[in-house]
Amino acid sequence: MDTPERLIICEHCDCVYQTVTLARHQKTLCLRCGAVLQRYSGLTIQQRLALSCAAAVFWLFANFYPVMSISLKGLKNSATLWDSVLALSQGPITFIAMIAAISIIIAPAFQLVLLIWVLGFALAARRSPGFTLCMRWLETLRPWSMLEVCLLGALVAVFKLAGMLDVLPGIGLLALAVLSLLLIRIAGRDVRDLWEVL
Amino acid sequence: MTRPPTAGELGLCLCHSCGLVCDMTGEPDHCPRCDAPLHRRKPDSLNRTWAYLLAALAFYVPANLLPVMNTMMLGSGADSTIMSGVIEFWQHGAWDIALIIFIASIAVPGVKFVVLSLLLITVQRGSAWARPERAKLYRFVELIGYWSMLDVLVVALVAALVKFKALGDIEPRVGILFFGLVVVFTMLSAMSFDPRLIWDSPPAKEHPDATRSH
Repeated sequence: MDTPERLIICEHCDCVYQTVTLARHQKTLCLRCGAVLQRYSGLTIQQRLALSCAAAVFWLFANFYPVMSISLKGLKNSATLWDSVLALSQGPITFIAMIAAISIIIAPAFQLVLLIWVLGFALAARRSPGFTLCMRWLETLRPWSMLEVCLLGALVAVFKLAGMLDVLPGIGLLALAVLSLLLIRIAGRDVRDLWEVL
Repeated sequence: MTRPPTAGELGLCLCHSCGLVCDMTGEPDHCPRCDAPLHRRKPDSLNRTWAYLLAALAFYVPANLLPVMNTMMLGSGADSTIMSGVIEFWQHGAWDIALIIFIASIAVPGVKFVVLSLLLITVQRGSAWARPERAKLYRFVELIGYWSMLDVLVVALVAALVKFKALGDIEPRVGILFFGLVVVFTMLSAMSFDPRLIWDSPPAKEHPDATRSH
């Protein structure tokens, strides 16, 4: 039997396979349940770190510039992501503000900080301090980071308001779009590769 | 049908956190590589999935009946529920936006309730019916899970923007809290379900000769 390092278990049905080296655009599927076992990633550590740093800059833009602004009869107003979290926090529904804050601000921020920390050390072929903890948090945070939903939400909000007043998408919206795409690419499952290379 | 050996048969176990194939001889509690708790199946999967699912179902009622936001325009205010928002878009001819909101807010949670109940019941009966299709259904539910958060974020953004005092003001209402809870609880429910249970056959029925030596 192979050493456990060269095996892979389908997380959806428990079948055991040997790992294979994938070429570009290839992925392996489980024979029994059809789940994806391995997917070609093709990003080196340098590229991932660079994308993470870029994403961190976009995070700053997305959070400090208004996502959109509106005007009604000469009055103007604009809102950042944080403003929209605050808008939910009034009254008896504060709890939902916390969920929103986690899913659109805090979880992505933590993901980026952890990624930069872990990848920065990985660049020097070292495991960062607290590597185990960081990797497990990356795994835990993934489902709760919902920036792409936020992006669609912002677009729906534009349409919702466009009927009653003038809406102007802001820099924040553009940054949000880029950031959500970057996060899909860098914070996905393939971070786990670091366990094998370090 | 020939199929690859399963981890259980080989005495192996998958670590859910780092993906390491762990040797289960000596019954280790934690993954040797990342120290996450190891278990062959998610602990108490069926009960937890049912509990979260029923909690979500209980919140689904107020989430749809109570208003999610209040729009004040030039002194006249109106509460709107999720469905009334959809209808409003539809009547204004924006059928595409209406469809997006309807799918994300009403259809997706509904589909999740139906699919998760179906999976739970068939697993509890030890059914061998349509296993690959059920596995696919589970992956689908996992994929669509968090898109229902859409309406919460729309209400948040709109409420943050429209703050013109007497001229126009939009405020969130309590329905959005229940709605957010529905999303969170259905996500927790889908996460606690263990899709490997779909493939586990009751030992007495299908493999009378399989000795449980591992």
